[in-house]
Amino acid sequence: MLFLFVALPAAAQHLEDRLADPAQEARARELSRELRCLVCQNQSIEDSNAPLARDLRHIVRERVVAGDSDKAVLDYLVQRYGEWVLLKPRFNARTLLLWLGPALLLILGGGIVFMLYRRQARAQGTPPAALNVDEQRRLDALLRDDEAGK
Amino acid sequence: MRLTYLVPLALFVVIGIGLAIGLTLNPREIPSALIGKPVPEFSLPPVQGRDHGLSTADLKTGQPSVVNVFASWCVPCRVEHPLIMALKRDNLAPIHGLNYKDDPADVVKWLNQLGDPFTRTGADRNGRVGIDWGVYGVPETFVVDGNGQIVCKHVGPLMQHDLDTKIRPLLQDLAAGRASKVKC
Repeated sequence: MLFLFVALPAAAQHLEDRLADPAQEARARELSRELRCLVCQNQSIEDSNAPLARDLRHIVRERVVAGDSDKAVLDYLVQRYGEWVLLKPRFNARTLLLWLGPALLLILGGGIVFMLYRRQARAQGTPPAALNVDEQRRLDALLRDDEAGK
Repeated sequence: MRLTYLVPLALFVVIGIGLAIGLTLNPREIPSALIGKPVPEFSLPPVQGRDHGLSTADLKTGQPSVVNVFASWCVPCRVEHPLIMALKRDNLAPIHGLNYKDDPADVVKWLNQLGDPFTRTGADRNGRVGIDWGVYGVPETFVVDGNGQIVCKHVGPLMQHDLDTKIRPLLQDLAAGRASKVKC
């Protein structure tokens, strides 16, 4: 009985116009997952229930059936809505910083850590200066007191 | 104090300013891929009871025009409608309607009731032409120059401010044939 109230993690299945060929259908779904729904912006058109998303899924299926390559299908929508419809931005001059940014930050951070580490290691590698006569005498006295205190 | 102590503060300020700018941007406004491009190839029949449909050739007459994407089911369209009527009275350019995914009977009622500002009105029943125009939210308003190039796109209902600062000056510039400083 309790199970009736458990929300099942239902995979979004839009049955409106499934393609007869399973391979084509799989490709259409794969492509739909890469395209942004322009109404509910952080969902893919595969996940969205918006009417526009449904229309766009329909177009994706049409293009797949027409024999377009994956890139041609995506280009079709990029022409109309801009690169923004792609959930995964393409690698080009404008997105260079976006794609390489994390690696650059990692190199930068790693460099800083490495330098700090080296500086510390060098500091530790130098032996402390020897005690002068006064210091030695004080140390001896302290140690003696310590012994006596026990 | 050593200068390196200021590095975290400087970083904080830079990141803070960047995020503050980000907060003022509107994520609903997607830069149109079609600005500066010719209008898509299309041909739409008129809405029921009207004589003039809308096609690519109607936007390449040498005269600038405005294309308003609207639907009777769209509430913001009703909000902006009086302003479209006002723009019509200015007589700066013909205004064409692109009726997006609408019921033929509803749109006729809508136009008869509220007034019809459109010179031509194409009925896009299944929304395919809308997608060719990159429409993702109704209403949208496009300004097209005499050669059929899309010059400006406004997403969402037009406000008085948009008419005064964008659409009207742009149409005046286009009519005078001078380069426009209006940002779209």
